[in-house]
Amino acid sequence: MELLLVILLGVLYAAGIFMLLRRSMVKLLIGLILLGNGANLMIFLAGGITRGKPPVIDDAAKLFTDIYADPIPQALILTAIVISFGLQAFAIVLLKRVYVLINSDDLDDLNTPEEEDI
Amino acid sequence: MIDNTLIFPVIVHLFTAIVQLFFWRKTVAQRIVSITGSLIAMLLATRLFTAVWNDGIRTMQAAGWDAPFGITFVADVFSSTMVLLTSFSGLAVSIYSATGVARGRMLYGYFPIFHFLLMGLNGAFLSGDIFNLYVWFEVIIIASFVLMTLGGRKAQIEGAVKYMAMNILASTFFLTGIGILYGITGTLNMADLSLKIAALENRKLVDLTASFFIIGFGIKSAVFPLYFWLPSSYHTPPSAVAAVFGGLLTKVGIYALFRVFTLIFIPDDFLATLLVILAIFTILTGTFGAVIKNNIRRVFSYLIVCHIGFMLGGLGMYSEIALTGALLYLFHDIMVKTNIFLIAGLIRKLRGTMNMDKLGGLYAEYPLLSLVMALVLFSLVGVPPLSGFWPKIYLFEAGFMDGQYALVAAIIVGSFATLYVIAKLWAKVFWKDQPDAPDGETPADEFKPLNPFRKSLLVVPIVFLAAITLYIGLAAENVAAVAKHIAHEMKDISPYIEAVLGPNVSP
Repeated sequence: MELLLVILLGVLYAAGIFMLLRRSMVKLLIGLILLGNGANLMIFLAGGITRGKPPVIDDAAKLFTDIYADPIPQALILTAIVISFGLQAFAIVLLKRVYVLINSDDLDDLNTPEEEDI
Repeated sequence: MIDNTLIFPVIVHLFTAIVQLFFWRKTVAQRIVSITGSLIAMLLATRLFTAVWNDGIRTMQAAGWDAPFGITFVADVFSSTMVLLTSFSGLAVSIYSATGVARGRMLYGYFPIFHFLLMGLNGAFLSGDIFNLYVWFEVIIIASFVLMTLGGRKAQIEGAVKYMAMNILASTFFLTGIGILYGITGTLNMADLSLKIAALENRKLVDLTASFFIIGFGIKSAVFPLYFWLPSSYHTPPSAVAAVFGGLLTKVGIYALFRVFTLIFIPDDFLATLLVILAIFTILTGTFGAVIKNNIRRVFSYLIVCHIGFMLGGLGMYSEIALTGALLYLFHDIMVKTNIFLIAGLIRKLRGTMNMDKLGGLYAEYPLLSLVMALVLFSLVGVPPLSGFWPKIYLFEAGFMDGQYALVAAIIVGSFATLYVIAKLWAKVFWKDQPDAPDGETPADEFKPLNPFRKSLLVVPIVFLAAITLYIGLAAENVAAVAKHIAHEMKDISPYIEAVLGPNVSP
């Protein structure tokens, strides 16, 4: 399972960086999303994967005696997913707005000559 | 010492923002609430600073969960100084915004978002937990995205794309770093991380993790070669927004670098060399950019990049004198960079343009105002005895003691280029005669028609920040004492660790 996740992680990061380096804005967005998912999986993997051992303690016991699944990475991922969801939603709206304004998907068209600022 | 009141500078901005949401579309009320909130925040920050300065580090364990299991907030001298400087900048910008920002932007929630941004900044400075720091960074960037795009002009949106993409990328790198860090240590509390990282055998893995943090924070603080989003986006939003961005947002990246690289990863030879090299290139690229640009705010954007290098170089040398110099520069830089963007905005109000070729004759028309601006601009250069001069003495001293001659040379080049750029700006904008407008039209002056009260709302914040800058310059020994104290705490981290984890833990 770990090996599979490591490979998946590598693919996600590589694909994300590759997409970021393209000129299209939609691909930029996809790159950011892939990288975000990669980072979330990374925390999951680095925190250690334990199958079928929930961090729930017996009524009688005072301490964990067995290995148990660490709940903290899951809490971190949950937070990170919510945050990246918000950021990606904003990014989609922003890029849609840019598309409406400059009528192009190419990042190289983003260079309006120096205009007067506010 | 446990002190739950240290969170007040965060909470007061949260409440200010929420109260303003009740005054949606009532812009006068929002302005009053904003200035009041910023004033209260300044008082609370001053109180926190004096308390920490007199009685030592204060901590708060969120919901009573003891460190290292809960989320810890720590106010040491470094954090509380940053909170104090943020509150000065915040107050100045919220007064300036009352006239400096168009009403159309206020109708769409400029002020609430501005206070959410300040809340995020204060939270980031006070957090003692690395994942919590990440969350505050996200609060900051979400708020800054909205401030950046609010108004929706074409240039603004285009700048925002670059800003958004690079900042999300930086957060992803930061998050990856946190993931690896948790994997190798099993903790997120910064004090606990400091102990566990120091005990780790596999230094290569530690260096790898550190490089993720360098990339993440490096993008945020505009370090070479990751700086290019800054000059292409900071000239687009309104000047009040650019002032907060230029004064505080890049500095929060620098703060994080200082915090992480003095507490968690102690720079070894590899990291120190890397930081110094990055600093040299940051100074040089910022310098070259600033020399060729003609728009005032673009010049200032490149100067931000240039001066980030000074602080990074201080961190890279990692001696107590170098850290003192870098911190002193950081304090001076926050005040001055906020102010120069406000000044750029005021020039725009006076003349309707920020292109240096089309400007001129400001000194003849507004001598007093020009002198205040000159004071700030020459503080930025570091003309003795103004505030930019003292940090450089420390940096030079540290550079010569360490044998970092290349860095010293870069700082000298950077300082001379800043002098050249500011002198050019002074000559072109203030001394030169007003050039004739091409087709006989008179320059748009938005300042003259304003009533005296509104004029003072634009001028008072600049004078206020200039006074603080003057204090940093003329009473440098007091400020240097603070910087020295922080530098000492950075080299000897045991008080911080004891304050968080209790006296029984020895490093």
